[in-house]
Amino acid sequence: MKTLASTPGLFVRLGAPLSVIVAAIVALFLVACALLASWIAPYDPTDLASFDLINAELPPAFTTDGDPSFLLGTDNQGRDLLSAMLYGARVSIAIGGGAVLLAATLGVTLGLLAGYFGGRVDALIMRIGDVILSFPTILLALLVSGIARAIFPGAATAEWAPIILICAIAIHEWVQYARTVRAATMVETAKDYVRAAKVIGLPPRRIMLRHILPNVMSPVLVISTINLAAAVLTEATLSFLGVGMPPTYPSLGTLIRIGNEFVFSGIWWIALFPALALVILVLSVNIVGDWLRDRFNPKLRVKR
Amino acid sequence: MFNVLISRLGQAVLVMLVVSAVSFVMFRYVGDPVATMSRENASVEEKAELRRSLGLDQPLVVQYGHFLSRTLRGDLGISYRNQRPVTELIAERLPATLELVIIATILSLALGIPLGVLCALKPHGIAARLVQALSLIGISTPTFVTGIVLILVFAVSLGWLPSFGRGQVVDLGWWSTGFLTISGLKSLLLPGITLALYQLTLIMRLVRAEMIDVLSSDYIRFAKARGLPARYIHFRLALRNALMPVITVTGLQIGSLIAFAIVTETVFQWPGMGLLFIQAVSFVDIPVMAAYLLFVGLLFVLINTVVDILYAVVDPRLRARSA
Repeated sequence: MKTLASTPGLFVRLGAPLSVIVAAIVALFLVACALLASWIAPYDPTDLASFDLINAELPPAFTTDGDPSFLLGTDNQGRDLLSAMLYGARVSIAIGGGAVLLAATLGVTLGLLAGYFGGRVDALIMRIGDVILSFPTILLALLVSGIARAIFPGAATAEWAPIILICAIAIHEWVQYARTVRAATMVETAKDYVRAAKVIGLPPRRIMLRHILPNVMSPVLVISTINLAAAVLTEATLSFLGVGMPPTYPSLGTLIRIGNEFVFSGIWWIALFPALALVILVLSVNIVGDWLRDRFNPKLRVKR
Repeated sequence: MFNVLISRLGQAVLVMLVVSAVSFVMFRYVGDPVATMSRENASVEEKAELRRSLGLDQPLVVQYGHFLSRTLRGDLGISYRNQRPVTELIAERLPATLELVIIATILSLALGIPLGVLCALKPHGIAARLVQALSLIGISTPTFVTGIVLILVFAVSLGWLPSFGRGQVVDLGWWSTGFLTISGLKSLLLPGITLALYQLTLIMRLVRAEMIDVLSSDYIRFAKARGLPARYIHFRLALRNALMPVITVTGLQIGSLIAFAIVTETVFQWPGMGLLFIQAVSFVDIPVMAAYLLFVGLLFVLINTVVDILYAVVDPRLRARSA
């Protein structure tokens, strides 16, 4: 927690513009709120006893018909929207973070192998990556979750949803890590210290993990920020399409999906507040990520 | 040249084989076709008979061969949900999606190019900064949120535009078009804008980057030194060259747009292929899923391969590199 709190100070020392510092504070605030959801949320949306259908579809407290005990109004089942959003953000961030972690682990490992060994290993890994990259994220993710749905029977799908989502997102994102790490590894492998390590007969595993890995990690950390934003968006999109998190354990995307059914009857808040939270979260992470990329590794600017 | 052609085509065929293998595996192992197709109280013998008649008792490679030859003949099976041939379903939905994608592409080019040029010509002006900031917001806003907001404003609050469906369509042979009726055009507007916004940021950023690149090149500096009018330099000399990669990327993006239309089609209940696919995913309608995968895969591979080959024809340096 101490490192989290001192991060804005770090940004100041690195000469970040005001907008980036503000974005970093907003992002950290939202992440902290989401992580602390079970302590700061006014109600517990996972507890069936805490909400009542009588309170369903109440507008936000600041409108004329609002109930002061529900700051942002309630959803179709009488759940407090703010609490549902806090818990939902936690789910979104956990899945996004999990996907980035899995993609980074897979991508860094394969990138190291491809860059260090070259030749056939390299060609195989990179061709697979090329094929994957030639399909858009959303299509692959839909496909993975579609297949997973078919394999797991109905009830198990809800239980496995987070894992399925993490895999569905990571299957596309690992390629970018692999490409970056492969290029950096090739540069490092040609350097004297790695050649020296080879000459004294260190096993490849040790050279890769102890000698090369620390020197290729910085671009990985930089692309992770932007990938986190992208992963949160993909998760939200999948949940919105109805193949992500189930309504019993909603993420921000699921909340927007539920709200979308009520938009036509003029009940705008159920969809709009979670959407706003999602956009602010992703936007602030993107601003920080963009700046980090330009600051530390201008070469990484990819066309998006 | 010939080598490039062969290697690109080889790669394309390889990718399509992989995609078709994934489709096949989905067909064969996800869910049991015998259980789906036989009567509830079918005896073991009946099931075995059905298994034999479907060819499921043959070796895997043979089955895959049958699958390939059926697919090449355009027979993609029958949808579990609609009980109709999948090829027919896709052909029926294709026009809706393509019309949406065409409108979105036109809109995003018509807006993205001028905005990109504006940002490149005055990179520190207020307008350029505003556009840059908006584009970051654009990247961070998921398509479905844009769609919902547009529906809230223009359909629910103002009541100007319809919020779902295609409106009235006119059949031209097998192609049903919404371009010819007022209600069809009105229905196209909101989903078109939603899908275009996803593409707009990309085109704008690309035009800006290319323009800045071209503007700092020698021939532009020479044109300036000659005292040619700024308008002529910017729009006749610079923009033309900056647009080349934009056209390529727009072409490459058509495949992505078709896939991404899934989201837009869901928000606006647009009866296109995307909606067909997402319904298939939630109903575990494997033949439709597999067929959609094959179709979109083919489209991607075709577009990528054609672009690669065209590049090799146009740019001799690429030929040398890959040879």
